[in-house]
Amino acid sequence: MEYRKDYFTGTQTQDLTEVGVTRQRSDVLGHVTGKTQYYADRQFAGLLHLKMVRSPHHHARIKSIDVAKALKVPGVVRILTAKDVPQNIYTILCLIQVEPNDEPVLAFDKVRFKGEQIVAVLAESEAAARDAAAKVKIVYEVLPAVFDVEEALKPGAPLVNEYHGRNYFTYEGHHCRRVRYGDVERAFAKADHVVEEMYQSSPIEHAPTETTGCIVVPDQNDRYTCYSNTQALYFTLDNTALILNSPFQKLRLVGGTVGGGFGGKVDVITEPIAFLAAMLTKRPVKYEYSREEEMQVSSPRAAERIYIKDGLMKDGRITARKVTLYVDAGAYSRHSPYGTTKAAAHMPGPYTIPNVWVDCHCVYTNRTPSSAMRGFGVTIGDFALEVQMDKLARLIGMDPMEFRILNAYRDGDMKAHQKQVEGAALVECVQAAADLARWPLCDRSKTASSLKREV
Amino acid sequence: MTKVPVEFTLNTREQNEFVETGSTLLSALRDRLGLYGTKAGCHQGTCGACTVIIDGEPHLSCLTLAERCQGKDVTTLEGLAPAGALHPLQQAFMDGFAAQCGFCTPGMILAAKCLLDRNPDPTRDEVVDAISGNICRCTGYEPIIAAILTAAQGMRKPARKRA
Amino acid sequence: MSVTLSAAKQARLVPAVQAKGGRIIAGGTLIVADLNYGADSVALITLDRLGFDKIAVKGGKVTLGAMVTMAAVARDRRLKFLHPVANSIGGPAVRAMATIGGNLFAPAPYGDMTAALLTLDAEITLHDGKATRKLPIETFLAQRRKLQKHCVVSISFAAPSAGTFHYVKVVRRKPVSASVVTIAAVIPQKAGKIKDARIALGAMAANAIRARKAEAALEGRKLGNDIIATAAKLIAAEASPADDAYATAWYRREIAPVHFVRLLAA
Ligand SMILES: Cc1cc2nc3c(=O)[nH]c(=O)nc-3n(C[C@H](O)[C@H](O)[C@H](O)COP(=O)(O)OP(=O)(O)OC[C@H]3O[C@@H](n4cnc5c(N)ncnc54)[C@H](O)[C@@H]3O)c2cc1C
Ligand code: FES
Ligand code: FES
Repeated sequence: MEYRKDYFTGTQTQDLTEVGVTRQRSDVLGHVTGKTQYYADRQFAGLLHLKMVRSPHHHARIKSIDVAKALKVPGVVRILTAKDVPQNIYTILCLIQVEPNDEPVLAFDKVRFKGEQIVAVLAESEAAARDAAAKVKIVYEVLPAVFDVEEALKPGAPLVNEYHGRNYFTYEGHHCRRVRYGDVERAFAKADHVVEEMYQSSPIEHAPTETTGCIVVPDQNDRYTCYSNTQALYFTLDNTALILNSPFQKLRLVGGTVGGGFGGKVDVITEPIAFLAAMLTKRPVKYEYSREEEMQVSSPRAAERIYIKDGLMKDGRITARKVTLYVDAGAYSRHSPYGTTKAAAHMPGPYTIPNVWVDCHCVYTNRTPSSAMRGFGVTIGDFALEVQMDKLARLIGMDPMEFRILNAYRDGDMKAHQKQVEGAALVECVQAAADLARWPLCDRSKTASSLKREV
Repeated sequence: MTKVPVEFTLNTREQNEFVETGSTLLSALRDRLGLYGTKAGCHQGTCGACTVIIDGEPHLSCLTLAERCQGKDVTTLEGLAPAGALHPLQQAFMDGFAAQCGFCTPGMILAAKCLLDRNPDPTRDEVVDAISGNICRCTGYEPIIAAILTAAQGMRKPARKRA
Repeated sequence: MSVTLSAAKQARLVPAVQAKGGRIIAGGTLIVADLNYGADSVALITLDRLGFDKIAVKGGKVTLGAMVTMAAVARDRRLKFLHPVANSIGGPAVRAMATIGGNLFAPAPYGDMTAALLTLDAEITLHDGKATRKLPIETFLAQRRKLQKHCVVSISFAAPSAGTFHYVKVVRRKPVSASVVTIAAVIPQKAGKIKDARIALGAMAANAIRARKAEAALEGRKLGNDIIATAAKLIAAEASPADDAYATAWYRREIAPVHFVRLLAA
């Protein structure tokens, strides 16, 4: 790896000793010898296996749940439904004041996506738990479902999540996350070109090699230890305490070793119900997603649809950018209201544009709830923005690298979010990339700097 | 649950076990013998995390019934090198940053070992084929391929010297 | 759930076990994956002691025991033309386990070896409990469900003459993955004209099928770009592919002709 110190000389300290140096990972000896202990690499006497009964429908009212037959399966120890969960309705980010609580630990009146968890079966063996889960009888009244963000926002669309009352998340009284800066409409009227394009993406599953799961073990003194592969130990601890109405000190989480996460293991799904099961049975309980569950029910990266309308001058300056962005949160909030805010914060990209208008909608649909994944709220937006940048450059016959350098933030520029730019480095990044790709740049671009805008 | 006896060689030692009929080698290794170096990622043959070596060939322990290992020679990651020592593949994976979360690593190393035992001087394509049944979601395959090639080179050197 | 396992002492005793719901376990790559997720009780029977893992090549006739693995085929120097087929199935671990017999029963998109055996006009030898029977592979595939109650003993075929066997498997993840489309073809020529062309498709129906319309288009013609293009148009005429995790039926139909052209033009 190369650490280039020739940028911004004089403005940075040059005493970094670790950057650019290869160091072995501290955990790698365990990885190559098979000694790294993942959550499931332990044995407990009397371990119970938890299997979920899941909704086969995208949207349905639950008319009745009958567990009588399932209870008779040999090896079944207990069956849990919503009635067993002290505070059944939660939302992960209530810890940072994201409201309202909108998701049941176990569904009871309605299911809002295919694969939603309804009944937890606890048995001596996985096979018995699976057998019994198949024997739980649930009567549904299937409801019309909505799978498209724009359809969901139309009047008369099926209401997905009653806790919101509408098919979108409300941001401080507003129907979306907004950015307003300058006057885009006036700038469009004066622009040489106005370009409007639509971009969209599908949900993306993280597909970690180790599926999501945990084991909860009763300790002494009515305390419980959870071995989990969560990426968010403290979110999990706090949410579980709230869901179970339990003092925090009764719950202990052991983790940090994750067999691939990528954001897919920050939701709090398996632990609260496994804790509850261990509390009610006084036995160790394992709740592990099968590969199929991992693919079907664990939160993916949200699908997004993005409309970008730009005002462009012949000389390459972007004078206005209007973005309407829809995040498909699926049936529940999880991390999507936050991801949508990130999307709004990320627009209009790392470019200085004097007129900006952004509406980012966090929309509820009957799809699998989406959540965090590597740069969520940002990555898809970047894809859209950069494809748009290429299109704009092509339209006016400008080199795409030069076009980016021209419009890139410079220190001191005002951003659409009313913050002055500091520490910009895009110009230098593009220059370095051009260099590596042996892409010729004109002198003006070659000598451009993030420190000041050339006149 | 009926249990049946099975005798096999595990990491060069004789192993006599009673296993549940219909249970897999994966479950015998992990749940009965506490050998957690063998990982479970899918229970359907698609991820390769459970790869072990049986009679010199890579096998998926999640699709192998424990009973059918009667008389066979099974090697897991734990049996790759004596305690405290490292196999050249393990060393190369460490040095080459070929393990990130580490969950695919046992399967990768064992799949690679089967290749190198048969073919000490593999081409890059042969390495790619050897690990084609093993999914890695973190590291990226390039460092893994490079580590295997590096290990192969290191393992050939002493042999050449002798010749 | 209870699973029992026993080793068959004779092929003729197997169908009686099957009649009572028992199942043969060969390499186990499909059946154990089922067991891991299902909760059925089942009596499994292995063919491990029957010597079905032999490969015989005599006077141009190849006989593969039902328990021959893909790895064994890929190692056998006499079967070079089948190496690309065997090596296109799973990764090395799957190949070390997966058998020829099991492949005959593999549901789409699996069954790549079966597609190859279909173009080779293979003959299946099976035991129905009373007697050994021989069936052309096409007949066998048409009755595949029913024949799961019998014990496949071996598969034999005449080795194709040099350069007449063609095979391509289109995958989404290189080097190996389940098939999007598999095409196997034997295109013999006599006096510069195509004679007895056979083309089989994998992943284009519930099991491997012949592309008879495309074969007919080739018959008696000189192999060239025009005639390949004509046959390509007909390649998926008899197909009924499915949507699955690897491809949509639409995509399979779209690309089958493209790969057929590339396969024969190459
Ligand atoms: C990760 C993975 C990747 C795969 N990739 C491919 C691929 O690329 N291409 C492909 O074609 N397949 C693929 N497969 C499927 C499968 O491995 C092969 O089709 C294999 O040949 C099946 O053989 P088996 O011996 O493992 O079958 P088993 O699982 O043992 O048996 C399958 C079925 O056939 C029956 N059966 C087996 N032998 C006989 C017999 N002699 N007589 C009567 N019935 C019998 C069994 O009762 C069972 O119903 C893949 C599987 C996995 C897990
Ligand atoms: S657990 Fe065996 S291949 Fe995934
Ligand atoms: S290192 Fe995580 S799956 Fe390979």
